[in-house]
Amino acid sequence: MSSGSDAGAAPKKIVITGIAGRLGRVVARRLHRDPRYSLVGLDRRPFPGRPKDVEHHQVDLRSKKARDVFRSGEIAALVHLGVMHDPRSTPAELYSWNVGGTSRLLDYCQTYGVPKVVLLSSANVYGPRPDNPQFLTEDAPLLAAQRFPQMRDLVEVDHLASTFFWKARAVETVILRPVHILGTVHNAPSNYLRLDPIPMLLGFDPMVQLIHELDVAEAISAALAPGARGIYNVVGPGEVPLSVVIKELGRRTVPIPHPLAKPLYWAAWRLGLSGYPVAEFDFIRYVCMVDGHRAERELNIRPRHSLRETIRAVDEPSDV
Amino acid sequence: MGVVDRLRGKRDAAPAKDDIAARSRALVVRQNEYGYDPFGLSRDHVKNAARVMRWIYRYYFRAQAYGIENIPPSGRVLFIANHSGQLPFDGLVIGGAVFLEPPQPRLVRSMVEHFVGTVPFASYFFSRLGQVTGTPENCRRLLQEDEAILVFPEGARGISKPFSKRYQLADFGLGFMRLALENRTPIVPVAVIGAEEQAPAINLRSIAKLVGAPSFPVVPYPPFVPLVPLPTKYRLYFGEAMHFTGDPDDDDEALDEKARAVKHRIQSMIHLGLRERKHVFW
Repeated sequence: MSSGSDAGAAPKKIVITGIAGRLGRVVARRLHRDPRYSLVGLDRRPFPGRPKDVEHHQVDLRSKKARDVFRSGEIAALVHLGVMHDPRSTPAELYSWNVGGTSRLLDYCQTYGVPKVVLLSSANVYGPRPDNPQFLTEDAPLLAAQRFPQMRDLVEVDHLASTFFWKARAVETVILRPVHILGTVHNAPSNYLRLDPIPMLLGFDPMVQLIHELDVAEAISAALAPGARGIYNVVGPGEVPLSVVIKELGRRTVPIPHPLAKPLYWAAWRLGLSGYPVAEFDFIRYVCMVDGHRAERELNIRPRHSLRETIRAVDEPSDV
Repeated sequence: MGVVDRLRGKRDAAPAKDDIAARSRALVVRQNEYGYDPFGLSRDHVKNAARVMRWIYRYYFRAQAYGIENIPPSGRVLFIANHSGQLPFDGLVIGGAVFLEPPQPRLVRSMVEHFVGTVPFASYFFSRLGQVTGTPENCRRLLQEDEAILVFPEGARGISKPFSKRYQLADFGLGFMRLALENRTPIVPVAVIGAEEQAPAINLRSIAKLVGAPSFPVVPYPPFVPLVPLPTKYRLYFGEAMHFTGDPDDDDEALDEKARAVKHRIQSMIHLGLRERKHVFW
C-alpha cells in the first residue's frame, strides 16, 4: 500500500460493481472527483453518460470476463455495491447473483492480491424486532433472515464478507452497514417514501434512521483510506418517527391495521398493483436502529446533510 | 436513618408545582430539529400526558411523596422500587412524583416489557413519553447520558403477586446492580405504599397455565379482572442514595449481597410507611 503519496503517483484503479445503478453513479461521481483514483465499472447494465476516463465492463459478475478485470493485477480496491435487491427476481437468481457473485469477487481479490475491499451491506441485516435495543452495535447478531427469508441473501453476503475479513488478513476489508439510504436512488425506503398515499401500520410509528446518498458516497470514500478495516454501522443525522418523515414530505398516509396489511399488500403485489414487498412491513412496525459511533471514531465518518435535507432528497429530481 | 423527611422543601420549588407547561420546558431533553430525542421522546407528548398524569397523581390516588430531597436534580440515577398491584400504576405515580414534586423536574425512564412493542399504539405511545424497551443496552446507554431510570427488580413476579403476599418483596433480579456498578450510578430506593390494595387479587394458576399467561389475577368485584384500580391513597418514600462499588462482572453471590442491601432498605421503608399509614383510602 502506498500511503502518504499525494499526486504524482499513477492513480489507483478501483473496481465498482453496480456502477450503473443510481447509487453506483452517485458513488462513482464522488470517487471520480478524487485524483488518486481511476475507476473501473463492473455491471451487466450499460453505463450511459459515463465520463470518458471511466473504464466500464458490461459483464455479469459471475462470468469469466469479470475475472479478467482482476487478473491484470493492478486493481487497488473493490467497492462492491452490486448486491441485487430486486424483489421481482426469482429467489434462485437472487441467490446466485448475490451470494455466488460476491463469493467469486472475494476469491478474485484474494487470488490477485487486491489490497482493499469495501462492501456496502445495510443496517437492515440486524432485522427489525420488537425487542431490539434502541441502538444496535456492530457485534449484534444478524437476525433479519429469521422473520423474512427474502433478506437471507443480504445477510449471507454480509457474513461472507466478515468471514473473508478474518480469512484474508492481507486484504483490508471494510463492511459498511448504512441505515436507510434516501435520495435519487430507487431502493425500498426511497420508493416507499415516494408513494402517495403512504401506507402505515395503524398504531405503529417506529423511530427510523436515514442517510443521504451523498453521505454514503462519502463514507465509502473514507473506507477506501489506507489502514481502514472492519465492520461499521453508518448513520445519518439523527432519529425521527416515521410519521414525521412523511409529514416533512407532505404526503398523505393510509393507516392499515397490521393483521390486514400483509394479506392485502401480498395480493396487490401479486397482481402487480403495488411495488411494496410485504416482507418490508416489519420495517415500518419495529425499530431497527444502529449505533454509528465506531465509524465516527475510527473512520471519521460524519453526515454532512441535515435531517431535513436527507428527507427532502427523496423528492429531488434525478440528474443522472 | 433520616429516610422519611416529611414534605420538606415544598415551598421553594422553582417552577410552580403543577405548572405542567413550565415543568415540561424545564426538563432536560436532548432533542433534534424535529423535537425528538434518540429514543423517541417528545416534549410535547410529555406535556400532554403530564396533564393526565397529574390528575391521576393528585386526585385519583392523592399521592403523597416523602423524601423528595433525595431525588438528585441532575446526573444519572437508578430508582429501585417495589412493584405491585397488577396494573403498573406504581410506575406512573413514581414518574409523577419525580416530575411534579422536586424544584427541578425530571423525567423518569422505565424499562418496558418487550411485548409492548408489538401492541398497536402502545408501541409508540410509550416511546414518545421516554419509556424504552427493557434491554441492558438501552439502560446502559441512558445511564451514560445521565438520565434517571426506574427499575422494578421484582419484575413480573412483583406486580402479579396475590393479595396475601402484599408488601412482601419477591426476589430481586441482579441486572440493575450490575448496571449500577458498571456505570457508577447511585441507587435511590423507593417504597410504594398503596399500590398493593388497588387491585386485591388472587392468582388463578390453573387458568394462567391454560392460557399460557404468567399469571391470571382475579379481583372480588366486577368486572373481576383488574382493569381499573381502586382509588387507594399512594404514599411514596424516596430513600437516601446508596452508592456501591465493585466489579460488575463479579459472581452472582457477590452481587446478590449488594442487591439484598437495597431490598432490605426498601423493605424497612415499607414497614415504616405501613406503620405510619392510618387507612388504605385516606
